[in-house]
Amino acid sequence: MIEVKNLVKSFKDGPIETRVLKGIDFTAKAGEFIAIMGRSGAGKSTLLYQMSLLDEPTSGEIRINGKEAHLMSEHEKMSFRLKEFGYVFQDYALLPELTAIENVALPLLMQGLSKNEAENKAKMALERVGVGSRLNNLPSQLSGGEQQRVSVSRAIAHKPSILFADEPTANLDRESSSRVMEIFKELHGAGQTIIMVTHEDEYSRFADRIVTLDDGRIISEKFNK
Amino acid sequence: MFSIVNIRVGFYLALRQLRRASRWTTSLIVFVMLLTFLNLVVVTGLLVGIVAGISNQFRIQQTGDVMVTALDTKDYIENSPQILSFLETLPQPQVISARYGTSGTIEANYYSRIDLNEKPNETGASIVGIGPVVENDFSNLSKYVKEGSYLSENDYDTVLLGPQFVDRYSFGEQPGLTPLKNVYPGTKIRLTINGNTREVIVKGILDVPANSPLAARVFMPISEVRQLMGRTDYAVNEIAILLKPGTDGVAFRDLLKRSGVGDKAKVQTFEEGIPNGVAEVQNTFAMIGNAIGSIGLAVAAITIFIVIFINAITRRKFIGILKGIGISGETIIVAPLDGTLVRIMLIVLTTLIAGYLPSRMIVRKNTLDSILGRN
Repeated sequence: MIEVKNLVKSFKDGPIETRVLKGIDFTAKAGEFIAIMGRSGAGKSTLLYQMSLLDEPTSGEIRINGKEAHLMSEHEKMSFRLKEFGYVFQDYALLPELTAIENVALPLLMQGLSKNEAENKAKMALERVGVGSRLNNLPSQLSGGEQQRVSVSRAIAHKPSILFADEPTANLDRESSSRVMEIFKELHGAGQTIIMVTHEDEYSRFADRIVTLDDGRIISEKFNK
Repeated sequence: MFSIVNIRVGFYLALRQLRRASRWTTSLIVFVMLLTFLNLVVVTGLLVGIVAGISNQFRIQQTGDVMVTALDTKDYIENSPQILSFLETLPQPQVISARYGTSGTIEANYYSRIDLNEKPNETGASIVGIGPVVENDFSNLSKYVKEGSYLSENDYDTVLLGPQFVDRYSFGEQPGLTPLKNVYPGTKIRLTINGNTREVIVKGILDVPANSPLAARVFMPISEVRQLMGRTDYAVNEIAILLKPGTDGVAFRDLLKRSGVGDKAKVQTFEEGIPNGVAEVQNTFAMIGNAIGSIGLAVAAITIFIVIFINAITRRKFIGILKGIGISGETIIVAPLDGTLVRIMLIVLTTLIAGYLPSRMIVRKNTLDSILGRN
């Protein structure tokens, strides 16, 4: 499903160049739940952003469902992100002026669905993660855990091929974190491919495979039973 | 590419952002845009309106649509009776007013002046001989009579005074024009034309604005002026022609020129016949209007640029989120535009020019940098 070869990502700050990813080779198969771990600055979020086409690698190849993503135009990437990917960010990344249902419906509208169709699908997605009673609340009227569940709903409402999650539990309390991870587990059980960055061992146990990075390189891969 | 989906989702975002944004912020933006709009449209519109008003005042009160006047080498229109007869045969004119015009002096309070060394209360004046009925049909002159009454065809030794000659209505002294004191309807004044002096009675006093061509004129029936001028050949000084609605003034002017009237007199449309001073005022106002309009347009563009730029800067993170979840850049550009459209539909064009650039600049930024708030 995703194949990454010799992926390099550098950041330039004037004459100083910092190489964050130093030639990563990585593969994710359909239906897998992968946890990317590592200490701060190891490059795990950077790797996620390259694979999820939110950022441009400095060099290397990314193939997604057989397509050479590193050669795609910005417009093709945008279309790919809209149809094939779902994103869950650490800070939820909800639009503050849109209600929960509107936040979830927005990408569906962009896919060409009518307002009614989009809002029906959004409602189903929100009910699936247990926030069906907060459809018309603005993000500011929701708790952190509820906001993250709305964010998960937005990510899965259009049935993406891959769900990318960047530290989805970092801002949540234990109870909310567990709730989100239970949702991920349920989604994975239904066949959803998930690639999640986390630094919490406790939640990496939900994944099939744990990939650990250090200093821009993969240092270990471990399969959970 | 802007597509239906882009615009639809753009409106979806814009309407909700507007509905749920801070009322104070929205009010401030609307207020700034309103001022910009007023500056752009109303001020320029006022100046254009004033220019049009001055032109139209001269058209309806003096020149009509086409004006026939004496050639520069003559004091009067040659063959005036023949020209008037010819004009009467044409179907286009609605009213034709032939006028005599000369300069003279008027003097008031001479009967109470005991000391001959005392400066007389007199002033130079433009004396116009009119057919009272025809002139009233032409310029509706009787409507402007504030005190006294309008002239009639059989009046003799009576005049109508423009407000500039009466001190209580005067707009201030002008060179060679001193307002008369204690002049009311029924007051006797002394009128002198070409050395011929006659005592006449003020029958009425007009009330018109300072820029009206009627403001500094003294009106008398034609026969009276002819006598005082000593003119015996019925040659008039100007013929003002008001055309029937829908008639083209330029075409009628050309018709008169082709028919030989142009050989005996100057034939001009009302735009051409407007006095130089007034034309200069018009040109000045038009120039000021253009300058203010241009500055207003620039200010409007800059204002809207700033409003949308600040909006785009402060919403950078959310623009990044929108891009991240697959909302196209065009939709993101359309959304603030839609909001602006809803706020003020009337400055769409300026918004488009000024709003597109900053939005585009932000949208072109790296998606991840935007989400993470990095520079």
